[in-house]
Amino acid sequence: MEIGLSHYLTLAAILLAIGVLGIFVNRKNIIIILMSVELILLSVNINLVAFSSFLHDLSGQVFAMLVLTVAAGEAAIGLAILVVYFRNRGSIAVEDINLMKG
Amino acid sequence: MTPNAFVSPNLLPALPEILMACGAMALLMLGVFRAQATQRSVTQGALLLLMVTAALVMLQGSGRMETFSGGFVTDAFSRYAKILILLGSGVMLVMAQGYLRRENMDRFEFPVLVLLATLGMMMMVSAGDLISLYMGLELQSLSLYVLAAFKRDSQRATEAGLKYFVLGALASGILLYGASLIYGFTGTVNFMKLATVFGDGHAEVGLGLIFGLVFLTAGLAFKISAVPFHMWTPDVYEGAPTPVTALLASAPKVAAMALFVRVMTQPLLGMIAQWQQIVVFISIASMVLGAIAAIGQNNIKRLMAFSSIGHMGFALVGLASGTQEGVQAVLIYLAIYVAMNFGVFGCILAMRNKGGQLEGVNDLAGLGRTNPMMALALALLMFSLAGIPPLAGFFAKFFVFLAAIHAGLYTLAVIGVLASVIGAYYYLRIIKIMYFDAPADVQDWPMSTSLRFIVTGSSLFSLFFFIYPMPIVTSAATAASALFR
Repeated sequence: MEIGLSHYLTLAAILLAIGVLGIFVNRKNIIIILMSVELILLSVNINLVAFSSFLHDLSGQVFAMLVLTVAAGEAAIGLAILVVYFRNRGSIAVEDINLMKG
Repeated sequence: MTPNAFVSPNLLPALPEILMACGAMALLMLGVFRAQATQRSVTQGALLLLMVTAALVMLQGSGRMETFSGGFVTDAFSRYAKILILLGSGVMLVMAQGYLRRENMDRFEFPVLVLLATLGMMMMVSAGDLISLYMGLELQSLSLYVLAAFKRDSQRATEAGLKYFVLGALASGILLYGASLIYGFTGTVNFMKLATVFGDGHAEVGLGLIFGLVFLTAGLAFKISAVPFHMWTPDVYEGAPTPVTALLASAPKVAAMALFVRVMTQPLLGMIAQWQQIVVFISIASMVLGAIAAIGQNNIKRLMAFSSIGHMGFALVGLASGTQEGVQAVLIYLAIYVAMNFGVFGCILAMRNKGGQLEGVNDLAGLGRTNPMMALALALLMFSLAGIPPLAGFFAKFFVFLAAIHAGLYTLAVIGVLASVIGAYYYLRIIKIMYFDAPADVQDWPMSTSLRFIVTGSSLFSLFFFIYPMPIVTSAATAASALFR
């Protein structure tokens, strides 16, 4: 079977869905939320690289490199905030984030 | 073109941003390597840098310039937004001084982070393609996540930072997914080329593009905290340190709204039939929720969060009309909104007793007797936020509703007026508490000179805007015309 653009797009859409569900359904641990965020960004990268390859256009790959870089920075900042939060609360369970009702 | 032909890009249009980036890093180095460099001296450097950048922005002339293969654009629109952003960040840095010392947050990273966030906002309003849009948005967001959690020994502040981060990262991911779909189905990331692809609104628009548009709009709506993507706003506003809340309510809102307007009216104008209904919906939802949900709030920062959700809804009325007049109204609205916010947050920063900052609405009880000047200023600002003529807030709403009516969006305008009437209740409630309730506590709230200056300036602006509105109205008109050519 020939693997075409639609296969890549489907894979990316599934990864996006898993990532979004991971944020909303998960009730246990904030680390899992961070992983889900990375998953979303990676699904975007699959999209970008697949489009770039099928369109014969380079800007998609440039975009993907930039997303990778920003994702690294985002993970670093997320973990830093998580560490500070853990020092104050002694827990990183999602259900414990309830000082303010939103 | 041979592979070796490297043409260096024209750096002149991006000069203010380059100066800002270098200056922020220089100040960071200064803070790290010189032990005696305190928060105060770094802040003075940051203020100087903001002023020089603002001067450079104003000196750039009136035409449209682009560089980095169209990825970076400066025009009258971006210059208008940049001046507002620089003003917002600068005023917030000045307001923060007393608070930072009292709350033991006197660290030099604070002004540096504010500068980096400001740089991100300037990139956002100057974005000329989807890549630079994302880069500016992330630089701004990442700095703001850290600022929200800056009071690192406070449970509330770190929780606010964490919530902001998780939801903000989700929104960025969604926005990015939309951007990737738009890129994939049009083959370009450049706004100008996208505009030609979409043409005059009669182009064939496939399902993939619609999905891309919806995802992109959702991500941007999160950044301006429009309903249904507003969940983070009340918690983050309440938990973050008050000066950071003041910043969140002003400059990033301007930047995100300006970016929203640019994306909708420049590359996506051809899809107005598709996005207009989305914008009308989120506008109505924000106005109504902002008006109703604020009624039961007793924390004044939380109340201001719902107020800002509502105000963003009103500003979106202008965008929903999709005309040059509408964009001009949005820009006027943003300028007036930012100016009113300075004063309100100046008053909130002044509310404190020996135990620390006060945040309850009821702490204002009897302020009209114990501190008449501050009560008068706050009352003026509340009337203005409620949109009562002849204060500035009335004209802000007047222009957006006028634009909506000229565009034929009668229902939207009527719902907007109703929402603003409902919303007036909670602003007037604050005035009632200040003037008619018995004082609960000694309200000896001394304001520093700079804070008093800012609050006075903000209330005078709200009061006398109607006498001489021309500078803001004409510059907003020039800015709006830069988008529609």
